[in-house]
Amino acid sequence: MRNDRIAYRGTGSYVSEKSLSRRSFLQAGAAIGGGFMLSLSLPFANGEAGATEPQGFAPNAFVRIDANGQIFLTMPYVEMGQGTYTAVPMLIAEELEVSLDQVRLEHAPPNEKLYANPLLGVQATGNSNAMRGAWKQMREAGATARMMLVAAAAKEWGVDPNACRAQDGEVIHTDSGRRLKYGALAASAANMPVPQDITLKSPADFTLIGTPVKRLDTPAKVNGTAVYGIDARPPGVKFATVAQSPVFGGRLKSVDDTAAMAVKGVRQVVRLNDAVAVVADHMGAAKKGMEALQIEWDDGPHASLSTEDIAGELEKATLGPGAVAQNIGDADKAIAGAATKVEATYQLPFLAHATMEPMNCTVDFRKDECEIWIGNQAIARVQAMAAEAAGLPVEKVIVHNHLIGGGFGRRLEADGAVRAVEIAKQVEGPVKVVWTREEDIQHDMYRPYWFDRLSAGLDETGKPVAWKNRFAGSSIVARWAPPVFKDGLDSDSTEGAIKLVYDLPNFHVEYVRVEPPGIPTAFWRSVGPSHNVFVTESFIDELAAAAKQDAVAYRRALLDKSPRARAVLDLAAEKAGWGQPLPAGSGRGVSLQFVFGSYMAQVAEVEVAKDGSVRLRRVVCAMDCGTAINPDTVQAQIQSGIIFGATAALHGEITLKNGRVEQTNFDTYQMLRINEAPAIEVHIVKSSEPPGGMGETGTSAIVPAIANAIFAATGKRLHKMPADPNILKQPT
Amino acid sequence: MAFNINVNGNPHSVDVDADTPLLWVLRDVLGMTGTKFGCGMALCGACTVHIDGIATRSCITTVDSLGESKVTTIEAIGTTAAGAAIQKAWLDHEVVQCGYCQSGQIMSASALLASNPHPTDADIDDAMSGNICRCGTYVRIREAIKLAAQ
Repeated sequence: MRNDRIAYRGTGSYVSEKSLSRRSFLQAGAAIGGGFMLSLSLPFANGEAGATEPQGFAPNAFVRIDANGQIFLTMPYVEMGQGTYTAVPMLIAEELEVSLDQVRLEHAPPNEKLYANPLLGVQATGNSNAMRGAWKQMREAGATARMMLVAAAAKEWGVDPNACRAQDGEVIHTDSGRRLKYGALAASAANMPVPQDITLKSPADFTLIGTPVKRLDTPAKVNGTAVYGIDARPPGVKFATVAQSPVFGGRLKSVDDTAAMAVKGVRQVVRLNDAVAVVADHMGAAKKGMEALQIEWDDGPHASLSTEDIAGELEKATLGPGAVAQNIGDADKAIAGAATKVEATYQLPFLAHATMEPMNCTVDFRKDECEIWIGNQAIARVQAMAAEAAGLPVEKVIVHNHLIGGGFGRRLEADGAVRAVEIAKQVEGPVKVVWTREEDIQHDMYRPYWFDRLSAGLDETGKPVAWKNRFAGSSIVARWAPPVFKDGLDSDSTEGAIKLVYDLPNFHVEYVRVEPPGIPTAFWRSVGPSHNVFVTESFIDELAAAAKQDAVAYRRALLDKSPRARAVLDLAAEKAGWGQPLPAGSGRGVSLQFVFGSYMAQVAEVEVAKDGSVRLRRVVCAMDCGTAINPDTVQAQIQSGIIFGATAALHGEITLKNGRVEQTNFDTYQMLRINEAPAIEVHIVKSSEPPGGMGETGTSAIVPAIANAIFAATGKRLHKMPADPNILKQPT
Repeated sequence: MAFNINVNGNPHSVDVDADTPLLWVLRDVLGMTGTKFGCGMALCGACTVHIDGIATRSCITTVDSLGESKVTTIEAIGTTAAGAAIQKAWLDHEVVQCGYCQSGQIMSASALLASNPHPTDADIDDAMSGNICRCGTYVRIREAIKLAAQ
């Protein structure tokens, strides 16, 4: 077992001047990133102690080689299952000329300057762009290190660096056969100038990239040794669970904790403005204490809010004007003159993330500093928001990131860290705050509810000549990154609704931002496309049906300008046996998308029972994601995205009644299980284009594929998800 | 009061209320964090351990119900033949993604394999449908169990 492959070294947000001066690599690190490297050891870390660390070589914030030749790679993108802790090392190792069994991984600490995703401009892992951001950045990090090691060896031998090569952790002088290991070169390499012109390997010379390398993070995940945020155990830690106002925006009125304090192991009841926490020796006591509390809430302004109220507001908003996201030609005029007009509205529900690792955060709030243990997709955001909650300067908040037990966008938020800091401020010593599943589902930040109004015009041959779409819902970007929301638009809310693969001569899309009252919204796997691809691909299917044409052929005729989209559509249709007969009650549905920089087509096969229940039998997916860095991970992510999206299509719905989320646990907010899981076939188009995103693409594509398959099986078009058996059941 | 329990062959004395779920005894009292919390209601399977070889949800198993039973957790399942075979198949077949549910998946799968060396698809559905994986590794779990059974 490779349990020790990920070093759980502590990493703080700053280092002292003393430790700075010890490190030869810092000069180069500072030159590149404008910040400094950091490395503090954790009490429970099984890594080595920082104080006695030998002199090392670190040409940038991602690579460090110590005098023993141990190679440490600092991971700027988090590992939440999507395989970055293998793919990022592959990119670095490819250029550094080391094998993956020579590297140890470390979680990056918060530092926007060093570890920001170049595509997002912030230190965050999301939007399926870790590998897109890493593609050039990480290969250059490896190549820089390699060039400096080669330069150091060449200098030592008094030869031309061009006469030397790097191979398997050594520099070799080709003519003489002399060789030096990286460890032996670490000290001198640190004094080499950082190269300005970096030569990257030609794809033809790749030995790692493009191969199905075994994951580095998984051995520790099959024997219980992997450490997630929820597993952090700083010495003396106490355990807390929290109850937040059941109605968003409500306040705590009163708490009677007499019975709770009598529970064995309960230490303390913490009162906040809108929440109560029970602190105990273990979570069992904390939960028992929580159940014993008598809490009264002031429900506040949203006490009577329901999902229908919100949906009604959104529907109304689609009747007024919105911000124009894309316009081609004159859609109104073209529709007015069209042979056939088609109209439809669609609705998508609020969804919870339900990560298997419930929300949690451990905080040690000390006199003038605060230490945090968490698994989060945006660790610098955690640091900044926790500092604000703690009333401390950012540099006094030390944050340790961890493996993440499911992110899906939930852990791009820092609300959990803020809540844990609020609690920890009243607790002596470290406290681990763990949300119960009920609390996790009822106080999530949700995928927004969406309402869409579409119309289209077809000519006499059935071909679409105009397309109009106006949709309303929450902009997550406007809250999460306000400057990115401009002129009423943001790229996430509209992705998948505009810049379609289809060639449509008249096209007009508007977005109306409407923030629902009393329910917070957040990114959810495949975000904007989770909504827009469903709508777009359902509506084009409706147009095909109105034109009485085959759903694949209808799409294909609109793809003259998009050969990569046509290729994945053809491949999926062929592999799925499109057009071949299926038993009664069964049907195939197709979807096609270009989102997150990747092309994907899916064909779903469903069976709809007489009682209206839907069984997803088989999914065939064809994908062109450019270079597939690790094709096995690409396949795994597509399988994952399909299950995630199918869960939403068949089960997913968060509803509000009296201001409260009605779903509580996995009995009322159901997940797809193994007995419902379809067979999944993934076909990856070989490509040398730069990598596209693939962590979320499977999710957005499957929902319309299922809805379209249900239409093929039953003749019933779903305008609202999830699939409702009451609509689909046959009359008795 | 104190309860004497046997976990992975080691005796432990834990001073907690009788109705304390085994899950919290393992994770918080004994510091064995390989067993995971998912739902607290035996709905997701993340907390699965073996009690005398039977796959059991530790989140609803109270400490006073254990008596002389032998508890096996993910930390020691590799010492059993079925457990080692499942762990190996999980890695060979690259089942794992975020991995949070996989302790429970592996405990359920190794209990299945120990009692049924050649499970059918229906057997796998029966044994594994209590374990939720939000990363959707089901396709590979099914294949890996079959691989381990070979």
